[in-house]
Amino acid sequence: MSKKVSKKDLSPEARAIINSQVTRRGLIAGTGAVGAAGLLAACGSSGDGGGGGDASTVRWGNWPLYLDYDEDTKKYPTLEAFSAESGIAAKYFEDYNDNDEFYGKVQAQLKLNEDIGYDVVTPTDWMAARWIRLGYAQKFDLDNIPNRVNILDSLSSPSFDPNRESTLTWQGIMGGFGWNTKTNPKGVRTIDDLFAPQNKGKIVVLSEMRDTIGIILLSQGVDLQSVTEDQFMNAVDFMEGKIADGWIRGVKGNEYAEDLTSGDATAVIGWSGDMFILASENEGKFDFAIPESGGTISGDNFIIPTPVGADAKANAEKLINYYYDPAVAAEVAAYVNYVCPVKGAQAEMEMIAPELANSPYIFPDDAMSAKLNVFRSLTPAEESDWSEAFQQAQGN
Amino acid sequence: MRKIRTPYLLLLPGFAFLFTFFILPIMNLAQTSTQTPVGGGDTGEFEQTLRFSNYLDAFLENREQFGRSFVYATIATLLALAIAYPLAYAIALKGGKLKNFMLILVIAPFFTSFLLRTVAWKQILGEEGFVVPTLRTIGIISENTTLTSTSFAVVMGMTYNFLPFMTLPLYASIDRIDPRTLEASGDLYANGFTTFRRVTLPLSMPGVVAGTLLTFIPAAGDYVNAEILGSPNTKMIGNVIESRYLTIVDYPTAAALSFTLMVVILILVTLYIRKAGTEELV
Repeated sequence: MSKKVSKKDLSPEARAIINSQVTRRGLIAGTGAVGAAGLLAACGSSGDGGGGGDASTVRWGNWPLYLDYDEDTKKYPTLEAFSAESGIAAKYFEDYNDNDEFYGKVQAQLKLNEDIGYDVVTPTDWMAARWIRLGYAQKFDLDNIPNRVNILDSLSSPSFDPNRESTLTWQGIMGGFGWNTKTNPKGVRTIDDLFAPQNKGKIVVLSEMRDTIGIILLSQGVDLQSVTEDQFMNAVDFMEGKIADGWIRGVKGNEYAEDLTSGDATAVIGWSGDMFILASENEGKFDFAIPESGGTISGDNFIIPTPVGADAKANAEKLINYYYDPAVAAEVAAYVNYVCPVKGAQAEMEMIAPELANSPYIFPDDAMSAKLNVFRSLTPAEESDWSEAFQQAQGN
Repeated sequence: MRKIRTPYLLLLPGFAFLFTFFILPIMNLAQTSTQTPVGGGDTGEFEQTLRFSNYLDAFLENREQFGRSFVYATIATLLALAIAYPLAYAIALKGGKLKNFMLILVIAPFFTSFLLRTVAWKQILGEEGFVVPTLRTIGIISENTTLTSTSFAVVMGMTYNFLPFMTLPLYASIDRIDPRTLEASGDLYANGFTTFRRVTLPLSMPGVVAGTLLTFIPAAGDYVNAEILGSPNTKMIGNVIESRYLTIVDYPTAAALSFTLMVVILILVTLYIRKAGTEELV
């Protein structure tokens, strides 16, 4: 799931301007720019030379606005604490804006086993699967990550990395319906609620294929673990029809948040974390729910790319271990509002933000978990055919 | 001997630059455009099979977006011309002491990021902006009509973003017109309109040609405006290339589309220059 700013990201200079007054919402609202400059940046080679990294630093490339941030000090409190505690200087880059785009940017270096400029990155499940398949992910030295046992049972054995040897979840993301409570006073809980007359022309769906098509498929009673090509294409046709008939105004990344606040969108297929921030900052003007027919869940995963040298790798592992400490995980979750993958974080949350400790959107209970679905992994051929169909349906 | 060599040596950096950053990439693009995916290979693995029908497939599949790109670019160019001509005329002939200041105002938007300017249009045309409620009050648009995510917004964004490229060449050529030719026209009993049609306009043609080219060419390949201000129904060929390249990881189709776009623009521009004449183009 591309969360936060997503693929249509800001150019570096635009980001610099907005960063100077950053709030998480502020950045979401300020996005929507494609990146001519982003593309240019993608052509540049990043790197401190082969091997990458050194004994005392770790370079982390993560999605924008995906780590606790203190606006007063302009620092990331948990990351600062990690550096102070371990003596490892952590360089944090909000450079991972979109799975496909990031892959396109670093793929050539990975192929040649050259430094990509990061010692640890956080691709989404399906992209992590691709990295593992192609041998671009290093196996962890498990001794360096004793806290890995804290991972939630439901996340401990994904098909792409059954023993979690080279990935660990950073955050989980739920896909569901978000809506404006004024135009949709009864809420949006079914696909029919979404395509209700008051939302005509004001619906935005996610550009993340597995969420948007996943939710449509679930509404058609299809199991995401066994979805066939016919079923998938059928759901894509459904979306294409809704675009052609003028129901859906856009297929977007995080910019849907901006459309909601500006009133251009009244109902969306969106992500949990974004929606809760929107709701809290707009006094209940927005709400989010998992569809009755089921929502999607996926994760972003820590991965250490193969070109990373031994020292930097060890540092990255210490960093991962640190974020699997329940107290630290709770601090992050209190800021990002996404699904926390760490056992024991809920108890810690009681102490720092009790109102969030019982949120099923951060700590899903059994009832919530039962409604969440994982999209099955696709073969390379499926990945490219399905993604092509999804792109064409949105006019690309 | 030395005399002959010097000019070539001076040209060398330019040639080296163009070779590295233009000729080589173009060759690479051409090579990629006829590749096909490796059977059973992973995402992004292609082999050279000289499949020239990639071009036909790519074109036929995306006719709509090609057509849209040229229609939008043409409308945006004409609108920009309509806005920029009086503007350039006023600055050049009536600007007086304020001339330089007015020119700075034309260039000022360049000091801000292209992307931010486009995002700003989204807010201007958005539900909470100034335009939509006003038009609704006057009754020009209905309660349910929105302006963002429409072709109107895309064309407006393009017109605005490329306006300086139209204004500056127009200004340069109008500024160069000798005012005495206009006086002479008046002396020969031509009225204002005739003077404009027979003297000013022909003399400013180099600016019109240069301005329309500088606007049309980037506009036809633009994708930022369509991405930010448009909807799935307003995607242009640039959006398709972006998505093929970065999202679907289908490099051959992206390369074939880029080449086709380049060739179509080249043909259109050649025809246009033939028709408009380039002798006066400086």
